[in-house]
Amino acid sequence: MRRFGAFHIAVLAAGFAFLYVPILLVVIYSFNASRLVTVWAGFSTKWYAALLANTQLLDAARVSLMVAAVSATIATVLGTLVAIVLVRFGRFRGRLVFSSLVYAPLVMPEVITGLSLLLLYVAVAFDRGFWTVTLAHVTFTLSFVAIVVQSRLISFDRSLEEAAQDLGCPPAETFFRITLPIILPALIAGWLLAFTLSLDDLVIASFTSGPGATTLPIQIYSAVRLGVSPEINAASTILIGLVTLAVIAFSLSTKRSEVERQRAERGAAT
Amino acid sequence: MATQRNTRLGRLALIGVPALWLTLFVAVPFAIVVRISLSESVIAMPPYEPVFDLSAGFAAFAEALGRLDFDKFVFLTTDPLYLESYLSSIRIAGLSTAIILAVGYPIAYAMARAPKGTQPLLVMLVVLPFWTSFLIRVYAWMGILARDGFLNQALGGLGLISEPLDILSTDTAVMIGIVYSYLPFMVLPLYASLEKMDLSLLEAAADLGCPPWQAFWRITVPLSLPGVVAGCLLVFIPAVGEFVIPDLLGGSDTLMIGKTLWSEFFSNRDWPVASAVAVVLLVALLVPIGIYQHMQARQLEADR
Repeated sequence: MRRFGAFHIAVLAAGFAFLYVPILLVVIYSFNASRLVTVWAGFSTKWYAALLANTQLLDAARVSLMVAAVSATIATVLGTLVAIVLVRFGRFRGRLVFSSLVYAPLVMPEVITGLSLLLLYVAVAFDRGFWTVTLAHVTFTLSFVAIVVQSRLISFDRSLEEAAQDLGCPPAETFFRITLPIILPALIAGWLLAFTLSLDDLVIASFTSGPGATTLPIQIYSAVRLGVSPEINAASTILIGLVTLAVIAFSLSTKRSEVERQRAERGAAT
Repeated sequence: MATQRNTRLGRLALIGVPALWLTLFVAVPFAIVVRISLSESVIAMPPYEPVFDLSAGFAAFAEALGRLDFDKFVFLTTDPLYLESYLSSIRIAGLSTAIILAVGYPIAYAMARAPKGTQPLLVMLVVLPFWTSFLIRVYAWMGILARDGFLNQALGGLGLISEPLDILSTDTAVMIGIVYSYLPFMVLPLYASLEKMDLSLLEAAADLGCPPWQAFWRITVPLSLPGVVAGCLLVFIPAVGEFVIPDLLGGSDTLMIGKTLWSEFFSNRDWPVASAVAVVLLVALLVPIGIYQHMQARQLEADR
């Protein structure tokens, strides 16, 4: 009833300034010529050049991208299975335990998840490296995928599946030809979420990675502990840029497919 | 008949694969944490004495049960470091949650009242920082709060302070970091519950002569309560166990349990004590986690 007025606009402006100014400062000062990060001394891209020469950081970035891609893919498959079980299977014995295990990593403090997985690896004498981090990331990201896919499955029109089955389509084929294409946007969103969560994780990776599998956050963290530096600003800016592009591209593509779908539906109706 | 058996087998496989994964990577590891928290520390690799040696058979297992070592938990109560870490974690997380609620409510409210067409954009603007690296967002505040940082420069430039403020490496800096990092977790559930609200309720209140401010307290706030509870839990639970923020923004005297666990593990190499800290932390969080899971389940039922 109360209209959207100056007060609301001021609140939103202040809120978004709070959210974005710190990030903008990091980006702006990555182009600073001075090594003193808080004193502006002219425009320069030399810290980006320095990054290209930093092989440790580049190696860590490569490891992180690999871990994120592999773990997000496995997590998407498992998370989708979890979502199907939770939405479609109704009540079954052990459902409460099952759903508790799904939600546990969502709310468990990262230090506990990391510690417990490390102790598992030590107990079975699994040498820490690429795979230990990847498996750990699958475990903590699959819950997020499950939630994203679950919400899509809940709003799903089941009569489409029933129609296919009435026409004699076997369940597996129904899944791949009807269900999967419809929930695909949720799977992509879940994959992207799992990918960025994995790329971002410091705590669980610190516990579960070993020599030769230093991820980007671990590398950045060890540099950050020594204080603010323009090279880290430059690395951060590249990461922020990549993520922003990915999110914008994804939201534009889903918007376009949504528009196309609506147009197709309207076309079919007339 | 055959197809029926097939679907039942398929069903079992669909449940079985994720259930096996979750058992192996969530349930078993936690059981190991509990087990190691009950064992002796030794200087070796791994640095603990196994409690249960399964190769020795069941008799040895039963005997081992009798001499479980609760020393680590007794130790946690004797050294004030641990109790103080717990209390200070809860204090810092609780205060931060209250501040986030105070900051986040007006933002969510304004979002929910914005023109319908711009709302998806506003939601995306709140979510976008969540997609950028957590570490970078905390790092950004190191540059702002430092003695020669942007905040002191700005305040000094405006003539508001004559001496630079020492904010970095204090509990205040930790709280600023938590408020900044977790704000989206509060705004989104609040927005979701405010956006669903039926505005004609406010019109009815106004028609009956209720002043807007009172209508806000008596109608809007109670209706947004589920969002308030969800947002507070989503912020409080991870904030209690936070490690990165107190480590980068806090000082050496900032005590938080996540940081204590980390240093027990990585610096002191005392795995049994680290495990005991983890067990107690989880027990302390069991109540809020339980409430949250209960709400999630109810929400899911309501959506169906």
